[in-house]
Amino acid sequence: MSSVSYEASKGIANKTILILGAITIIEVLIALAGKGYLIDGLHFPHMIMGLVMVILSAYKARLIMFEFMHLKYELPAFVKTVIIPTALLIWFIIALIVEGGYYFGSRQSVKNPVKTEIKK
Amino acid sequence: MASDTLTHEPNTDHNTDNGDWQGGKEPFKASYGKLMIWYFLLSDAFTFAGFLIAYGTLRFSVATWPVPDFVFSTFPGGFHHKPLLFVTLMTFVLLASSYTMVRAVQEGKQENKNGVVKWLLLTIIGGLGFLSCQAWEWTNLLTKENMTIFNNPFGTHTENGVYLMGDGHDIKEGDSFTAGQTYLIPYHDGEYKPLQYKVTDGPDKDAVKEQIMGPKAFGGLFFFITGFHGFHVSIGIFLLVLVCVNAASGLYVKRRNGYEMIEKIGLYWHFVDLVWVFVFLFFYLL
Repeated sequence: MSSVSYEASKGIANKTILILGAITIIEVLIALAGKGYLIDGLHFPHMIMGLVMVILSAYKARLIMFEFMHLKYELPAFVKTVIIPTALLIWFIIALIVEGGYYFGSRQSVKNPVKTEIKK
Repeated sequence: MASDTLTHEPNTDHNTDNGDWQGGKEPFKASYGKLMIWYFLLSDAFTFAGFLIAYGTLRFSVATWPVPDFVFSTFPGGFHHKPLLFVTLMTFVLLASSYTMVRAVQEGKQENKNGVVKWLLLTIIGGLGFLSCQAWEWTNLLTKENMTIFNNPFGTHTENGVYLMGDGHDIKEGDSFTAGQTYLIPYHDGEYKPLQYKVTDGPDKDAVKEQIMGPKAFGGLFFFITGFHGFHVSIGIFLLVLVCVNAASGLYVKRRNGYEMIEKIGLYWHFVDLVWVFVFLFFYLL
């Protein structure tokens, strides 16, 4: 922080907030356009839409942490103590979404149990 | 030996005027308070991650989930069918308050007392604005649409069909719908009144069915997670008022550390905004 002058940091803040606002608008437009609200009949595949919005949100999070919270101006070792534990969450997300799919399968088999016949 | 621990290292100029850190050189060249707020925020991030991942897991574990563009489509003043408009407004209010917080921290570095107080007041107004929006959203969901933590009247059709009765607002007798559309079960006289419909294709063609309630977890997750976030915002506003009064009284001028307390509260406030980025993503966008 101390390495950046007052005027320069003001400029960075203005730029950052504009980018954050623009990304939010883009995200909402993707969410609405992809489901056919803006142009009739236009639909994007759900997976791609989701992926794009997740990446944009992750970028927003990065901007808030690195610019607004000044993480960029801290020592690299300190940045690592914050980023590495957070990055481990990615596996947590993947693992539990797969788990959710498994729960779904289990619920289905409870609703429609597979009938096994016992032959004598 | 006890005497070993008592040997004094020469103080660095960082901590000569600060009694909090007495362990010699400061780690990461950051003050004790700043490091600790960062690690608190890290642990808080895990808490929120746990909740949001639970949301994702439960959402994947059921066949249908209410479509957010339908659930969150009302706007104050009696407007309907404005998907995501109100929550986008809320997001911008919170983003704006995050910007004013950055400005307050920057004025603090300049030791500009009036600047700090001015930008902090704007931040407080932004925070209160966000909470008011959330209060309206909750009131609308609880009293108008009758979604509670126990009941979720937002269901989703799994087959195409035609309504056999209307609800007196949007749906009329004979209206058709397609699979994947979310509906709101009407509620009057103290109970939910599901509408009847006839299936128009698929294996159950011509069968008469009734709307069923949506996944129960939706209501609980929504109110719990947005409530927990709103609770963080409330704590943030409380802290902002506290440091605003302190800054106005000139307390931080005496400390001569570039209004570091403002910076620490600022970190918390940005974190609240950061969490909202993901709440917004999970609940409203995906």
